[in-house]
Order: sequence, then C-alpha cells, then structure tokens
Amino acid sequence: MIVLEKRPEPSRLLSMSTPVFAVIVTMIAGGLLFAALGKNPFEAIRTIFWDPLFGEYAFYYRPQLLVKGAPLVLIAIGLSLGFRAGIWNIGAEGQYIMGAICGAAAGLALYPSESVLIFPLMVLAGALGGWIWAMIPALLKVKFGTNEILVSLMLVYVAEQLLASMSLGLLKNPQGFGFPGSRNIAEWEAANSWIAQDYGMHWGVVAAMIAVIMAYVLLNKHILGFNIRLTGEARRAARFAGVNPTRLILFCLGTSGMLAGLAGLFEVAGPSGQVSIDFNVGYGFTAIIVAFLGRLHPVGILLAGLLMALTYIGGDIAESQMGLPASAIQVFQGMLLFFLLALDLLTNYRVKLAMKGTA
Amino acid sequence: MDLSAINPVLLVASLMVAATPLLLAAIGELVVERSGVLNLGVEGMMITGAIAGFAVSVETGSPYVGVLAAAVAGAALSFLFAFLTQFALANQVASGLALTLFGLGLSALMGQGYVGIRPPAMTRLDIPVLSDLPVVGPILFGHDPILYFGLLLTAAVWAFLKFTRGGLILRAVGENHDAAHALGYSVIRVRVLAILFGGACAGVGGAYISLIRVPQWTEGMTAGIGWIALALVVFASWKPWRVLLGAYLFGGINVLQLNLQAAGVAIPVEYLAMSPYLITILVLVIMSADKSGAPASLGRSFHASQ
Repeated sequence: MIVLEKRPEPSRLLSMSTPVFAVIVTMIAGGLLFAALGKNPFEAIRTIFWDPLFGEYAFYYRPQLLVKGAPLVLIAIGLSLGFRAGIWNIGAEGQYIMGAICGAAAGLALYPSESVLIFPLMVLAGALGGWIWAMIPALLKVKFGTNEILVSLMLVYVAEQLLASMSLGLLKNPQGFGFPGSRNIAEWEAANSWIAQDYGMHWGVVAAMIAVIMAYVLLNKHILGFNIRLTGEARRAARFAGVNPTRLILFCLGTSGMLAGLAGLFEVAGPSGQVSIDFNVGYGFTAIIVAFLGRLHPVGILLAGLLMALTYIGGDIAESQMGLPASAIQVFQGMLLFFLLALDLLTNYRVKLAMKGTA
Repeated sequence: MDLSAINPVLLVASLMVAATPLLLAAIGELVVERSGVLNLGVEGMMITGAIAGFAVSVETGSPYVGVLAAAVAGAALSFLFAFLTQFALANQVASGLALTLFGLGLSALMGQGYVGIRPPAMTRLDIPVLSDLPVVGPILFGHDPILYFGLLLTAAVWAFLKFTRGGLILRAVGENHDAAHALGYSVIRVRVLAILFGGACAGVGGAYISLIRVPQWTEGMTAGIGWIALALVVFASWKPWRVLLGAYLFGGINVLQLNLQAAGVAIPVEYLAMSPYLITILVLVIMSADKSGAPASLGRSFHASQ
C-alpha cells in the first residue's frame, strides 16, 4: 500500500525539476495521442520541438519564437504575482483584448499623423485599457467580496463582444471596402511596434524582458514582493504582520491587467497588425499554463513562455506538413498542466510503501 | 423593431430549454461544492459532454445513448480532476482551470468530423390532450425528456441532501472534513463520488446544448455556460431550488436578448449578446454580501496526516 508523508518543506530540487519531468511525460502522452490520430509520433514530436529551432527552415521560425513568446511571458509574469498571493485573475484574455482595442483606438484617432508621440501614447492607452478591465474584478472584490475568478472570466466574454463591435463598427477601416477590421497599424510607420521585423524584435519583447527583471527584483528585493509571497504562504501571518490585503489585491490584479493590456497593444500594432474579430488567439489562457509551468518564478516563466511559443510554432508546422489538427496542440498544452500538477505531489509529499495495518 | 413578434408562450417554452443545460451543470456543481470541493472545470466537462453526446448520437442514431455517453465522458474527465485534487492533493483552482483548458482542446479535436451535421432528434413529450392545450400545453407538456429529467434531478438532489443519511454525510464532509474523518467517514471517497456526479451532470448539460438546444456541433459552443453555472451556485447560496430559480432567470435573460436581437431592437447585437455575462457579474456582486451558505471546507484539500 502506498502512503503519502508530508514533507516538512517542499523539496527545492524536485520543485525545479518537475516541470522538466512534466514536459517529458507530456511528450510521451502526446506521442501516444498523435499515434492514435494516425501520425508518426516521433516525426510529430520532432516537427514540433526540433524543426522550429534547428530544422531546414529554422531561420524563418526562430524569430517567431520571440513574437509568440513575448505576449505569453508578459501576461504570465503579471498573473504569477497574483497567483502567488492566492489572487486568481483568469481573465487575462479579456484584458489583452481591451489593451489592444484602447491602444489601437488611441492611435487610430490621430491617423495619419507621423508624430513620434503616437506610439508612446498607444502604449499608455493599451496599459490603461488592460488595467481598467482588471480593476473591475479588483474593486468588486475589495468592495463587496465578489469572487474575482468568475468576474474576470465573465469579462472575457464581454471583451470579445466589444472586440466584435469595434472591428465591425467604430474602428472599422473607412477605406477597407466594407470588410471588417481596422486599418493596418503594422504598415503605419509612426505607430507600429516593430523594432526589427526580420528578427522578430518588437517592443513587446523588450517589455517582456523588463517585466521579467522587474518581477525578479520585486519578489526578491522589495517589501511588496515579500508581502505577496507571505500572503500566499500564510494568510493569517501576513495579516498579523500588517499586510493590507486590499492594497495587495488592487496591486496584483492591476499589474496583471496592465501587462496583459500591453501585450495586446504590442500584438495589435505589430504581428497581428489590425483590430479584427478573431484577433485574440487565447494567449491569455495559455499564459496560465506558462505561469504554473514556470513555477510562478520570473526566470521559470521566461523559459516556460519560450517552450509554449515553441509548441505554437511547431504545432503550426505539424499542421501544414503532417495534417496534425490545430486542436491537438491545445490538448497537448492542457496535458502539460495536468502532468505538472500531478507530479507536484512529489514536491510536497514523500511517497512511501507501507505494509497494510502497520499504521 | 417589432416587439409584438415576440410570442410570450414560445418565450417561456424556449426559456425552459435555454435554462436546462445551466440547471444540469449547476445542480451537479452544487453537490460537488456541498462536499467541500470547488471544481472550476465545469466548462471543460460540458463541452466534452457536448461533443461526446453529439458524436455518439450521430454514430448510433440514438440521442439517448448519446446523452448516456455524455454523462460517461463528463464523469471520466472529472475523474482526472478527482485524481489530481483528492489523491495528488493538487490546488483545486489550478486543477479546475487545467480541466477546462484540456476539455476545450479535446472537444475541438474530437469534433473535427462532426461540423455541419444534424444529430438525430429526440422525440418530444406528446400527451394526446394535454400537449395540445393552448398556453399550458407547449409550456408544461411539450418538451423533450431531458428537460423533465433536469427538474426531477433538482428535486432528487434536494431530497437527498435534506432527508437522507448519505446527504448528511456529504454535507458533514463539506462543512468540516476533519470532524467527518474523525467520525469514520471516508472524506476522499465521498468527494470523489460527488465529483463524478458533478462531471456526469455537466456532461449531460453539454449534450443538451449540442443535441437539443442548438442542435449542431461548433467548436467552443458552450460559450461560458459552464462558468455561468458556477456563478449560479453562488447565486443560489448552495440551495437546490434556488439553482432552479436562477437557471430559469438566466435562461429567461438569454432568450429575451436573443428575441430582442431577432426583433431588431436599436441596440447593437454585440451589446445584447454581452448582457447575460454582465448580469451574471451584477448578480454575483449582489449575492457576495452573504457568504453564510458556503460550505466551510470549500476549496480546502484533505489529507489524513494533517
């Protein structure tokens, strides 16, 4: 009979290595899934994880790693702050959409100006849009004690409807021959977020790097970061130590909303190019997996974000070359989180074999 | 705009249809939460039930076998959650989210070959005289069997929780798992059974959408109904009859906004379509002042060593 014995402290070594194990187990389970779909599992895994980095056309795919990784890392960093303190913002997808809408709207209002102030203005508006959208659940939580999980999630659906309304109405390209979607911002010199498109460099990548560094400093060197960690690990102790839960909720939700909004703005002004109905592709939800896979640690999130970006790119290649359905990658990403959570058992508990009846 | 195009009798009848998936999913989640477990994977289990029920119905030609398959699929998916939270002692919020993300992907994968097909129809109740009555007929006696099943299930859950020994044990586990454990009840077993029941209910609720309400398969067709079901349990203060009331209220709002869309009201379609979500938020805010109905052990892991 197997019994579990709680470790006095979570094992640090296992805590760092379980994500790696989880990835390996997911590759095996994913391989079985691909085999069940009638694809060669080894070829599929190689196409997803190897070809984008070292394959024949890697020069084309490597920049994509930055393009897809930046929003994931940016959003996940924000989410991880709240998750650490037990504040669950799962509506990042909505905040991402609102950041894109507000940022794009601020820019498009001044079209076709070529002023250098356009892009900074859009960045501000994007951050503000995401921040406001996240402040709704935050304020409701601190004022009325409303569950932030459900409110932030409901607001995703509201944001999606707003996006549809905007791309068919207010923000529709007046010279677009009636097609839905805004003007192409990526082709507008003063407003696009590209730094070097050939290398996949845009301002979102820079912002993601800054966010990783800032989050690291915050969590390790600043009293606010300490309070966040303390609240997550011992809520009562945090209250006795004088941590103000209201301020913490406002800060964590606000910051994560702001970062998600920024991610949306950089995406709409660069890789995506325009506000359109299907502009969002679920980065806000995948970022939840990224945050957990990265152990809610800034450096871990950076690595996890790149890995997730790889599965997106590899999934695209596998779809076009092997006919692997796009949703198979979604299943793959979901499995990863499952295995990670299951393997976490080993971090917190010792598994022992015991004779029945000895206890 | 022509509001007279809205037929009140049809409105009530379709309100009941719109409410049924919500009711089924929420009543299942209510049992889960009364046992002290918060399963945020309702949306994932519903959509998996929707495609499983749809696919099996199309393959076998029988919608009833399909509904059964949906229950099995929902329960199977919820077993993953049960394993993670009850045996591997993982965080319930994270595990529930994982279930939803996984379910959405899995359903999209399973549903590839089923887009644009019509499922076999379920026969409606047809009692010779009663079903032909004006007004009362279409509202009370003209629905599909699953709708009545949902109402019966609500009554059964209410009676189970209130009058039976099993219900008492379930509530004890949800209120104070340490005390229940000390009394010799198996906390884990009770919770796993509750989770499986919740999964089966969510699966049937999903199948109701794809087989009867819509009826066809599209990716992500549950569109947040699973999440609204979660909010509904809070709205109902964890009481079965209030779940029914809430489900009909939300069903009514949804049907009304669809009718207003069709009638061509001067409000843009998108703003009407966001109304159910906004009203859910509003209701949550109003209800969140009173948390007395919440099971005391909700969301906490149990391990006998602690």
